[in-house]
Amino acid sequence: METLVACLAGFLVSMAIWLMLSGNLMRFLFGLLLLSNGVNLAILAAGRLTPGAPPLLGTSGALPPDTMANALPQALLLTAIVIGFGLFAFALALTIRAYRSFGHLEVDRMRSAEPAEDS
Amino acid sequence: MNSLILSVGARFLTGLFLLFSLFVLLRGHNSPGGGFIGGLIGAAGFVLYSFAAGVEDARRALRVDPRAIGVWGMAIAVLSGLASALAGLDPFTGLWLILADLALSTVLVFDIGVYLAVFGAILTLVFALEETV
Amino acid sequence: MSWVLALPILIPFVTAVLAFLLRGSRMGDLASVAGAVVSLAAAVLLVAVVLDRGVVAGQVGGWQAPYGITLVADHLSAAMVLITAIIGLAVAVWSLAEIGPESSRLGYHALFQSLLGGVTGAFLTGDLFNLYVWFEVLLISSFGLLVIGGRKQAIDGAVKYVTLNLIATVLFLAGAGLLYGATGTLNMADLRGAVAASPDQGLMTLIAMMLMVAFGMKAAVFPLFFWLPASYHTPHYAVSAVFAGLLTKVGVYALMRVFTLIFVGDIGYTHEILLWVSLLTMLTGVLGAAAQSDFRKILSFHIISQIGYMVLGLALMTPLAVMGAVFYLLHHIIVKTNLFLIAGVSRRLTGSSDLYAIGGLYRSAPLLAALFIIPAFSLAGFPPLSGFWAKFVIVRASLDLGEWLVAGVALLVGLLTIFSMTKIWAEAFWKAHPEGRQPALADLPPSARWQMMVPIIALAVMTVAIGAFPSAFLDFATKGAEQLLDPAAYVAAVLGEARR
Repeated sequence: METLVACLAGFLVSMAIWLMLSGNLMRFLFGLLLLSNGVNLAILAAGRLTPGAPPLLGTSGALPPDTMANALPQALLLTAIVIGFGLFAFALALTIRAYRSFGHLEVDRMRSAEPAEDS
Repeated sequence: MNSLILSVGARFLTGLFLLFSLFVLLRGHNSPGGGFIGGLIGAAGFVLYSFAAGVEDARRALRVDPRAIGVWGMAIAVLSGLASALAGLDPFTGLWLILADLALSTVLVFDIGVYLAVFGAILTLVFALEETV
Repeated sequence: MSWVLALPILIPFVTAVLAFLLRGSRMGDLASVAGAVVSLAAAVLLVAVVLDRGVVAGQVGGWQAPYGITLVADHLSAAMVLITAIIGLAVAVWSLAEIGPESSRLGYHALFQSLLGGVTGAFLTGDLFNLYVWFEVLLISSFGLLVIGGRKQAIDGAVKYVTLNLIATVLFLAGAGLLYGATGTLNMADLRGAVAASPDQGLMTLIAMMLMVAFGMKAAVFPLFFWLPASYHTPHYAVSAVFAGLLTKVGVYALMRVFTLIFVGDIGYTHEILLWVSLLTMLTGVLGAAAQSDFRKILSFHIISQIGYMVLGLALMTPLAVMGAVFYLLHHIIVKTNLFLIAGVSRRLTGSSDLYAIGGLYRSAPLLAALFIIPAFSLAGFPPLSGFWAKFVIVRASLDLGEWLVAGVALLVGLLTIFSMTKIWAEAFWKAHPEGRQPALADLPPSARWQMMVPIIALAVMTVAIGAFPSAFLDFATKGAEQLLDPAAYVAAVLGEARR
């Protein structure tokens, strides 16, 4: 199961890199989204996919059964997803602003901060 | 968006979402749930409402600036962490007040702060995106 | 003990909340300054405790290491926290003069304080994943600060800054996740033992390289620095001053922490790469600066070349070299922030940052010219200023190792730095203003004048003081380097004596 998830993560990352090599900001952002999803999957796989009960105490403090799921990778993932969501939303808003002020999303043609020497 | 089904449904669903988000928030300590996921569900309710009725109406229904909700949430979360100083414990240590069957804690206060922070932040972002598109 | 460590992080966030609630009013601006003063007091307290007791550690929420989140301060961390607080106060005061009511209403001061909180958190955390979270906090705040001016140029700079930093972020996350998968821990002190004991050293080196690329991108080393000169000259001057002082240094700090504490198993490989990276960083940075004609762009490229010196000290990995790197880090933050603040005043007086369009400041604003000389010569490494000692120690350390090429490059870059500083001096200060204007400090309104000049004078005095009385600071840096190279005290403070 881990192998399968790891392969899927690798596939996502390769797709992401292909998208990110594009000069279009929108495609780059989609690539970035895929990349962070690929990494999140990799973390989940790195924490081992153990089927089992949630690691929470039962009523009146009863211990959970012996096979518990590893909670830490999930906590890390949750944090990473939240942060990724916030950053992505910002990047999206920035992209809209950029489209408004430049009229296009080709990164190579955004030269207002670093004008070319001959212009 | 001009969909009769959506605009009628959203009115009921938003209330339901908010109620369910509070349920998830409060069950969070000993079962799956908590402030974060609760805040997301609550925000989803208002996002749905803004899709159906427009951002302006959603802002009016919310009454408060979502940014202020988020900042107050952060303030509550930080203050709940500071409370353990009064007991001479490490920062963010949980303090418990047991009243018969009811267990109240600074952990819950922290979770409420997280709920508000997530709720406010998500709505700030989504409203801003909807308004610019 | 935990509270001494937690307060420098908590105070900026409380201040951010206050500043946001009072945003747009004069009270909000003043809350930011007041918060910065309190932060400074907390940082001084932390340094005093660290000087008294050595490495101190605390656990958040009372959860024991390595399970909970640990906060640790050794000499390096404590000094970085103090410098952050000093820069925070200086720029908060300076902002009063530059940041108008519009940016203030958008929450400039709240973002600024949460940036400081994020930076402080990154310096104090003892947990790799927590470091990731602090990186994100400061990244999100910096995104906000970058676009808050709202000009077209700033949007363009922000696009490049945001995209490249997001890639670094994802790489950092991947490295941390894989490290957890391989060792089962994320506590940095615990990782030291776990990484050394790992049966798969090749994998450890791979993860080390992932983190090196991620931190390297944050620190703007060759060949990952392109986002920096594309964005640092676009926002408000106060914003670029605090970015220039603190943001890349968080990357350098993370490199220093991780490559002295955790990944020391294959120094011949990892630190050799760091060595070449640092040499190329120094050279490309300083050559890039020589080609520029904008005040802030020149300074931005110099950040890159100076980062090279710090990474060089880390790469050589001798006690003297690491001491040099620590000293360089501390001195550089003060000098660089000050130069950007001076660039801001010069822009305010002359109305442009293009060096060919301004001039005459030496005649009309001699105080500013004198204050420019101090950090500029310190950056280039003139005695008796702080930069001289920083460069001297690093060059000496490379000569001790017989690395003639390294020492040669370090000296050459120092020379080229003088060239750039002379260029700014000649164009902005020495030559007459092309339109014959006489921009004087007296043109500023009185309140803006002291708000802008007091921080600059204070930072310049610090530069001179470090240069004139270097022994105390060098001793401090030596102690910091000892703790970095022999982290037994660090590990013991975090995990307790038993697991030493």
